[in-house]
Amino acid sequence: MTVVLIVVIVLLLAVLSAGTVTVVRRNQIDRGPEPEPELRRGRAPVRPAPPSPPDVEPAPPPDDAGPPRGSAGPAGPEPDTKAPGEREHAAPTAQRPRLSDRLGRARNLLGSSLAAIRGRARADDATFDELEEALILADVGLPLTGRLLDGLRSRVRSGEIADSPTALLDALKADVVELFAGEDRDLAYAAESPSVWLFVGVNGVGKTTTIGKLAARESQAGRSVVVAAGDTFRAAAGDQLAMWADRSGAGIVRGADGADPSSVVFDAVQHAAARGADLVLADTAGRLHTKVNLMDELRKVRRVADRPPGHVSEVLLVLDATTGQNGLAQAREFAGAVDVTGVVLTKLDGTAKGGIVCAIRSELGLPIKLVGLGEGADDLVAFDPEEFAEALFS
Amino acid sequence: MFDTLTDRFDGIFKRLRGRGRLGDAEVGEVLREIRVALLEADVSLEVVRDLIERIRVRCSGAELSKSLTPAQQVIKVVNDELTTTLGGEAFRLTYASRPPTVVLLAGLQGAGKTTAAAALALWFKQQGRHPLLVGADLQRPAAVEQLRVLGRSVGAAVSSDGTDPVAVARKGVDEAIRVGRDVVVVDTAGRLAIDEDLMDEVRRVAAAVKPHYTFFVVDAMTGQDAVRSATAFGEALELDGVILTKVDGDARGGAALSVKHVVGKPIAFVSTGERPESFEAFHPDRMASRILGMGDVLTLIERAEREYDQVAAEKAVERLRSGRFTLEDFHDQLQQMKRMGPLQSVLGMLPGMPKEVRDAQIDDRDVARVEAIIRSMTPAERDDPSLINGSRRLRIAAGSGRSTTDVNNLLRQFKEMQKLMRSGGAMGAVARAGGRKAKKVKGGRVTPSLKDAGSLR
Repeated sequence: MTVVLIVVIVLLLAVLSAGTVTVVRRNQIDRGPEPEPELRRGRAPVRPAPPSPPDVEPAPPPDDAGPPRGSAGPAGPEPDTKAPGEREHAAPTAQRPRLSDRLGRARNLLGSSLAAIRGRARADDATFDELEEALILADVGLPLTGRLLDGLRSRVRSGEIADSPTALLDALKADVVELFAGEDRDLAYAAESPSVWLFVGVNGVGKTTTIGKLAARESQAGRSVVVAAGDTFRAAAGDQLAMWADRSGAGIVRGADGADPSSVVFDAVQHAAARGADLVLADTAGRLHTKVNLMDELRKVRRVADRPPGHVSEVLLVLDATTGQNGLAQAREFAGAVDVTGVVLTKLDGTAKGGIVCAIRSELGLPIKLVGLGEGADDLVAFDPEEFAEALFS
Repeated sequence: MFDTLTDRFDGIFKRLRGRGRLGDAEVGEVLREIRVALLEADVSLEVVRDLIERIRVRCSGAELSKSLTPAQQVIKVVNDELTTTLGGEAFRLTYASRPPTVVLLAGLQGAGKTTAAAALALWFKQQGRHPLLVGADLQRPAAVEQLRVLGRSVGAAVSSDGTDPVAVARKGVDEAIRVGRDVVVVDTAGRLAIDEDLMDEVRRVAAAVKPHYTFFVVDAMTGQDAVRSATAFGEALELDGVILTKVDGDARGGAALSVKHVVGKPIAFVSTGERPESFEAFHPDRMASRILGMGDVLTLIERAEREYDQVAAEKAVERLRSGRFTLEDFHDQLQQMKRMGPLQSVLGMLPGMPKEVRDAQIDDRDVARVEAIIRSMTPAERDDPSLINGSRRLRIAAGSGRSTTDVNNLLRQFKEMQKLMRSGGAMGAVARAGGRKAKKVKGGRVTPSLKDAGSLR
């Protein structure tokens, strides 16, 4: 508290000094009407602000859960129901084509920055520059880009890789795939029901939508699902989730606006246990990882969710594929706060390549479990490193 | 926001500061570091190249000035170029001669359009206008409901009538004309730039309502894709400006630097928090100063102007001067200051704050605790804290739910503040309090101080 006192005092003095200027200026400027003060007051003690995080989640088309509108191309394999009753999901192979379909749609429009490389006879500095550029443009980040290219260079020098751009590119792709080697991409269920999957992330990455899709998918797989509308902060977040729950037939537990999210999750777990439900999908309000008090709130949500009869078996960090280098900081902070078990990479069907997950995997060792490829209920698929690497350089 | 970028520049300039002169080698080294700093801040590769080239030309070219040290010169050049890249002059919004002025928001999913729409409505209200919000996001479940809730909280009506975004938008504008609203803010669904159908839809919405301003809403945490999306939206719509959201995180704001360059339109507004009032017009020159660690005093003054009660401020300044500033005044001032937003963000605007102070986690709940203590005092005690003896202290502690140590701390700090003020006016006290407080971190401080900033202008 002392720190705050000092800061307050310094600020106060500074502001008052500025205020002196203000007074002078004010005498010359006619002000508009004062905005109502009650709008600015914080309401919930935990969060210094009232309504409306910009947690704008991508939306499904209102009522059809079919493939997204327009250029989606062929309807592709039908919904991702998995063999019911399984303890774990194997990566559903039936969905794989979708990834490349969707990516192809985005990438073809862009054209390839690397088309020129393949034509060259030898791998010269320009080739490395172009590879560097491709990695940077994909948001892989400078440190990892440097490491990948240094590795390539030394292997070219030692003759391990043929000195041709094509071989170089293939080796680089293999290196990227290698980053994700050995990661456990299965979604885990606790030995005893109900399992709780907690979804965390910054604002607007698609947590609510991801939960909506998973609720549909898990329900279709024969599990009884309860979604917990733990985002009590953003206006109408609960309504958004309720619509998804409605579509998939999952149960939903909601709290009042501004209620403690822990209490909502607690109620959902109790409800699930009483009904004998298998799985609780717990939504949380989007929060910037730099807000210490909000991260504390999230810790509490996790603790409460893990209290018997609930068992937290997944804490999934939802990450927007358009995110740049800040994604690493997000992953680090969320992982530190709530033991993230995996990453869901959303909105990969756009022009963004999501290269930041390479850095996240490489630095933090978090597995990438799911990929969001559209707004439909079945547009959530297992992460496939090969296709991802391919797309990174397309 | 921008803090990490600021830190990196801090480091670069620290080394420059000691140099007597800069040769090509030094310039090259500095430029390389600036390149890394910019790329790590997600500035678009293309923009980085362009910026570096311009800085190189100006640093090694004819623009040498005898009155500045090499470090100051580089800082000046970087400051100028950052300002240019961020958008040159500030965006100015003019109102349509025949109301309503129509504003259209577009962007990717999750960029923060709905929140920005409400924030913009509040901003217009503060400008003395009467906005109507139009919810044309019929894609995302409950998006319109979200807008309605937000609209209620900022006191703006929301119109969303129909099942087709184009019709909804058109009806919204008609409604505004009918009820005499002079500004219409149209919120649209998030869409991917490559989604032809949806891009066509937003084009038709624009054609139907003929917006005076079309803003591209983009998340400050966006990486290299910012440029691709912005380009695509710029091709589909006639953009007038950009709204940059979520800049209150630690994202390095590269998107801000890139988007203007790519779209060719300035950043008009930034949203610095989840509350509708955390939203302000964007000033490129101030932002460049902030990136360079020079603070943002102008924004601070503006916020003070907007939020501070003039009479109370005058009174407080008067009392400060005469050394008769009581706990009661302190409490009043706290109330006023709270209206300026979270302390953290206010603090970030002060120039010359050491990184450690800038990064200090300030919990606004602690302010509430301070208030609780003061409120547990009798008026007489607030007027003259020396009245407070042991038993009064216990009572105050019990009344505020704090410990007597907290009460003591508050009293001690307040006393020191009074002493400081008596011995040299508010500004002196700031300087001294700041210096003293930051002493352990401030040695060899590199943040360009006000003096540096001044000498550059």
